[in-house]
Amino acid sequence: MKKKTQWWRLPIAILICVVFLSPLYILVSVAFRSPADLSSYWSLPSEFHIENFVSAISEGKILKSIANSAIITVGSVLILVVAGSLAAYPLARKKTRFNAGVNSFILGIMMVPPLSILVSLYSVLVDLKGINSYWGLILTLVTFELPLAIFLYTNFIKSLPKALDEAAAIDGCGPIRTFFQIILPQLMPVTASVVILTGVHCWNDYQFSLYIMQNSNLRTVPLAIASYFSQTTSNVNAAAAAALLAILPPVLAFLFLQKYFIKGMVDSAIK
Amino acid sequence: MKKNSLQNRLRQSQMNLFYIPALVLFSVFVIYPFIKGIFISTTNWNGYSQNYKSVGIKNYLRLFTDKNVRTALINTLIYGFGSTLIQNALGLALALFLNEKFRGRSVLRAIIYMPVMIAPLIMGYIMYFLFSYNRGALNDIVMLFGGEAVDWMANGPRAVMLMTLVNALQFVGISMVIYLAGLQNIPAMYYEAAALDGVKPFAQFRYITLPLLHPAVTSAVTVNLIGGLKLYDIISALTSGGPGYASHSLSTLVHRTYFGAENAGYASAIGLFTFLLIMVISSIVTRILAAKEVEVS
Repeated sequence: MKKKTQWWRLPIAILICVVFLSPLYILVSVAFRSPADLSSYWSLPSEFHIENFVSAISEGKILKSIANSAIITVGSVLILVVAGSLAAYPLARKKTRFNAGVNSFILGIMMVPPLSILVSLYSVLVDLKGINSYWGLILTLVTFELPLAIFLYTNFIKSLPKALDEAAAIDGCGPIRTFFQIILPQLMPVTASVVILTGVHCWNDYQFSLYIMQNSNLRTVPLAIASYFSQTTSNVNAAAAAALLAILPPVLAFLFLQKYFIKGMVDSAIK
Repeated sequence: MKKNSLQNRLRQSQMNLFYIPALVLFSVFVIYPFIKGIFISTTNWNGYSQNYKSVGIKNYLRLFTDKNVRTALINTLIYGFGSTLIQNALGLALALFLNEKFRGRSVLRAIIYMPVMIAPLIMGYIMYFLFSYNRGALNDIVMLFGGEAVDWMANGPRAVMLMTLVNALQFVGISMVIYLAGLQNIPAMYYEAAALDGVKPFAQFRYITLPLLHPAVTSAVTVNLIGGLKLYDIISALTSGGPGYASHSLSTLVHRTYFGAENAGYASAIGLFTFLLIMVISSIVTRILAAKEVEVS
């Protein structure tokens, strides 16, 4: 194949960069700008005003909220991996009518918009004393991310040879031992996808956190940003600094682990 | 033989134990609240009081006459179908553009996918710096060309369209990645054979690429549609449903009715209506797409 000149790609590539990078450029530009600097956000800040980040950390309690989000994300993902892979094993291995029913039920749950059962879910959590607790938010997030985890694990376990299970059964392993000793160690690649996809969802969740974490010491990152933006209308620069700090962890994780993120996305969409 | 089948049954029942953690979570956090929600939706409960009484189906009748519900319903459909349309058309175009090898394409892919990592709520606040009336980056450009500054979010329909666009562009990377994977699954020999027969590039796209991409279309459309119909965070950050009720989606309206108007019974009815709507729309759309898939092969 001979190489054609590809000059027409350049303007499109530039347009893509402008559209997708300008919001981030504006965010960085506001975050480093002194509140006294009144020039356009498009221009570079006259000086790098690090104080915005200092006030974001001290007033906005961004670090505390990052710690809270980390606890919630790690807790949720751990439970998701265990409960998801467990439920996926019988789904992938046995074709009974009961399992088919369980499967369509789980896919149905994927479609429930959280807000549609918000009122009653909130009152259930009040009864269970799950409001303003880590476990209340963790278990709620786990429940709504679980269908995705089960879906990913089921597809993956189906691709593992059944001979593995049969050999284990002949050697006298029950299903429980087969799962933990034979199947579980094979699940690393798909576990990476589950962790990445559901982890980003949990980190970025706003709707559930808004109702469950009302105590300001338990705020997650989106909640801290929301309250910072609504309170300090005078200091938008510090709010921008807070937003910049808040998006750094997932964006950096993506830049370093791109391959896994893309693979996870494709796994979740295509059987 | 008999012993064998007994063992099999034991095995099967032991395997059902694996469902327990998932089923417990679903029962406590989805099924029970769902049933309780149906009950609450037939009362006039305000969300915290001990006193409430049954009002029958009055909340549901109110749904059909409530102007705010009608606006939110129309907006929800625009958020859902508008985002889906943009994300798939643009996602496919970007995938086709980035499917061929050229320098810098992996950087471009990363740039397009990166916004998917950002919390939609924070994306809303970032867009605030572009859309705000005073000092907004967009108005700087408008004024550079001699125009008048625009209050972008002051007009309901315009706010709805802008937020649809923001949501679509933030998540277009998902469709792009799905389509890229789909394109890479099409064997190159089809194109080689078509080229030998003198089939023009556009016809190749029409008769090879599109039909074989169908499974990718199905999954991209479903993912985008459900995401768009549930839209909440961006609206909450940019307009809180305003001006007035003009840019509410059904999701933000549930929140407003529960915590703002303290009408938990009615909020519950709107919520269940939203669930039904998403259920019906997504099953119709998947059925249509699946039927087309059979036609192709």
